[in-house]
Amino acid sequence: MAKQTKFKDTDIEALIGWVLRIGVFVSMIVVFIGGVIYLSRHSSEHIDYHEFKGVPDFVHTLPGIFKGILDGRGRAIIQAGIILLIATPVVRIIFSAIGFMIEKDYLYVGITLLVLFIIVVGMLTGHGG
Amino acid sequence: MSVLVLTLIILVGAYFAGLLGSLTGLGGGVVIIPLLTIGLGVNIHYAIGASLVSVIATSSGSAAAYVKEGITNMRIGMFLEIATTTGALIGAMLSLVIHAPIIAVIFGVILIFSSIMSLRKKDTTVLQTESPWAQKLKLNGSYPTADGEVKYGVRKVGGGFVMMLFAGVISGLLGIGSGSLKVVAMDSIMRIPFKVSTTTSNFMIGVTAAASAVVYLQRGYIDPALAMPVVIGVLLGALTGSKILVNSTSSGWLRWVFAVIVTILAGQMIYNGVTGKI
Repeated sequence: MAKQTKFKDTDIEALIGWVLRIGVFVSMIVVFIGGVIYLSRHSSEHIDYHEFKGVPDFVHTLPGIFKGILDGRGRAIIQAGIILLIATPVVRIIFSAIGFMIEKDYLYVGITLLVLFIIVVGMLTGHGG
Repeated sequence: MSVLVLTLIILVGAYFAGLLGSLTGLGGGVVIIPLLTIGLGVNIHYAIGASLVSVIATSSGSAAAYVKEGITNMRIGMFLEIATTTGALIGAMLSLVIHAPIIAVIFGVILIFSSIMSLRKKDTTVLQTESPWAQKLKLNGSYPTADGEVKYGVRKVGGGFVMMLFAGVISGLLGIGSGSLKVVAMDSIMRIPFKVSTTTSNFMIGVTAAASAVVYLQRGYIDPALAMPVVIGVLLGALTGSKILVNSTSSGWLRWVFAVIVTILAGQMIYNGVTGKI
């Protein structure tokens, strides 16, 4: 019995390793493509990050980023890659939950969903405070 | 400075930050933030945003390798993530109301603490007794070594949990993985073996950072043009680092190099914070 549990644990670990690798790989390619486009257009411009001014709309809101990508704007593509990267650990949590579900370890299904819930709370309340 | 020059400088700096961060298990954020703020005059909010994104890449990139090795304890990671993600949200909310110079000083203090922690002698004894809570939460585990599987027990689950909450707040406030605080919770308080605590901490950092990153995104802390070279550089550095770590048994001298660099950076962050230059 103990041996079998261990085997299943290893299965989930392999799956999670795979999720992480794909997530990082895909998001980095997107960031890189966006970076090349951005640099090809703006490389000689002067830039200064001294003052905090937030970020422009086309890399801030989801509709803005979407429109920016359609317009072929480099920074919008980079931001999309960054969002994919941020989503990677979140997707990992979902896979963990599925893994614990298969193991019938309901205590850890609950714990995993609680972590997911906390992140969703952050998503929904990020503008406040 | 032109966009191209700045991007290249950041790319190279981020590579070394990622390499050192991965080798020591402390994360690349502790080097990249002083580089951006003191070295290049970047506003600390943008620096924190870019760093946090790189923290996710580092953590996920090397966690993928460690998870495959079977050293990471996913139950410990998952359980303590309740504390770190809650803390991260609190930290991210606080970062808006705490003034930049104060953030810089807190950053310096955490940095010095991290470097001291990285030099500390590691207690290699493996705990065999199991606390009732650890048993209930199925936290005890085993990991592969050259001499076969080593079983370990976990103690003081509550204390570790509270420490993790604090680690999460610091992570969300400063945009770093706060790996050193996570290792304190797991090593010193819960007595998890060093190799397990380091890799599990790495595994948790990505989720912790994602929790505050969703807040940072909405606040406009994450500037893509700045984050792009940071995240690419740090990730490549971290991948190099994880290859070295898996293949070597000792990285003692690297810890010293890292501790010295970090202490100098910490002093500068505190100085700049106190004199209001940040």
